[in-house]
Amino acid sequence: MPTNAISRPADGRMPGQMRYFYMTLLFLMALSGFGQMPIFKRYYIADIPGLGWLAQFYVTHYIHYLGAVALLAIGAYTLVRYMTVERPRRRISPYGLLQGLIMATIVLTGLLRVVKNYEGYYLSSGLIVFLDILHLAAVMLFLLVGLWGLRSKKRWTKIR
Amino acid sequence: MPKPISRRTFLKSGLAAAGTLAATDGLAAASSPRNNHLATLIDISRCVGCGACVEACRETNSSKFPDPQKPFPKMMPARVKVSDWSDKQDVDDRLTPYNWLFIQSATVMVDGEETELTIPRRCMHCTNPPCVKLCPWGASRQYQNGISRIDTDMCLGGSKCKAVCPWNIPQRQTGDGLYLDLLPSLAGNGIMNKCDRCYDRVARGESPACIEACPEDVQIIGPRPEIVAQAHERAREIGGYVYGEHENGGTNTLYVSPVPFETLNAAIEKGPGRPHLGPAADRMADANNLGAALLIAPLAGAATALGRFYKAVRGKGQTRPEPTEPPTP
Repeated sequence: MPTNAISRPADGRMPGQMRYFYMTLLFLMALSGFGQMPIFKRYYIADIPGLGWLAQFYVTHYIHYLGAVALLAIGAYTLVRYMTVERPRRRISPYGLLQGLIMATIVLTGLLRVVKNYEGYYLSSGLIVFLDILHLAAVMLFLLVGLWGLRSKKRWTKIR
Repeated sequence: MPKPISRRTFLKSGLAAAGTLAATDGLAAASSPRNNHLATLIDISRCVGCGACVEACRETNSSKFPDPQKPFPKMMPARVKVSDWSDKQDVDDRLTPYNWLFIQSATVMVDGEETELTIPRRCMHCTNPPCVKLCPWGASRQYQNGISRIDTDMCLGGSKCKAVCPWNIPQRQTGDGLYLDLLPSLAGNGIMNKCDRCYDRVARGESPACIEACPEDVQIIGPRPEIVAQAHERAREIGGYVYGEHENGGTNTLYVSPVPFETLNAAIEKGPGRPHLGPAADRMADANNLGAALLIAPLAGAATALGRFYKAVRGKGQTRPEPTEPPTP
């Protein structure tokens, strides 16, 4: 296949394989993220055979970090791809801008929490709670807007 | 036997400086953070099990104890465990929300003689405490002097701190705390309590109550590097062993014992509220070690996209058929 072929559906969506991976990743991030709160054991979800790991905090913690690595890679790839290949023909849509900003909030608050987890970072309770609520609220918003976007067939980009 | 380090010496040199750091806020990181921490040395060979420390802790901290409202709100689902120690506040042979320090005993052979060793047990005040770092809400905080404390005004009683603590130190009391004002039947379950190293006394330049009350000078408190050095010196003198320096990646409570800690661990009664003295791997290290990957990931993603773009631009300059063009007849 010639290297200048754009292997991307005409409506600007991610290539099929990457899209599948991305959606699975979002699901895993949401799952391991919610697993940071002590809810899966309380609400019997960790009792489901094969899902016991959802109540193991260090496991979900590590999975969340691994997923973040993948998410950051995909995010940077998509951003640079948009800035280079896509921009001549496509521009970001209002939906894409909204989701982009929400995702940026999730990533930023997430990275600050990663920094906090190292030895020598002494955040006040107020700041930790603020980052926690902002991270959680942004995730819920991303999921809700995303569900609406899926239903309404919204795209992150549109033709110029 | 070394010259006993007077508590005053450490108070003057260590506590005064460290105490002022306790009030600092924000994202402040030191280059060797744990070197600014206060640590405690607990010399097991000197403890006689009198319990004065336990009494002093309870007296000093009783104003911080839970004050549960009964009847407790019914919690959903039914399996949610109610932890009620309000009628058992006198229990002092294990950790409870009302008893943050207790004496653990171990009958072991010391120099050929069967001896009962007594060990004051409480929160280890880890240098990078999972109870602080992994609380999903933010009820727990660590001060620059290394002290970790659960803010019971914020705590919802989720008990994750207890689950991620290698020694399961925090203890829960149902029926008190912020959760009562939110969704008491669906979320939260009370408040968690543990030793807070008398952070308020330390901030005033005083010694934690348990240390001040001890008639045998079992505990000393001071800057961590000095305490670590002291612990090893004392261990050398008595042909003993140190515990707490490296466990969970490092704690600010160093025990010195005349017998190996494996022996002690086998001899003590362990269970809920009765922490072990066994190995404790640094479980936060796994994720923290992914920090480099988190930095490299976006660079790798960007580089991949740039590489593809470069290839595409180069490809445009060459004569290559578009995949959608039909072959010329």
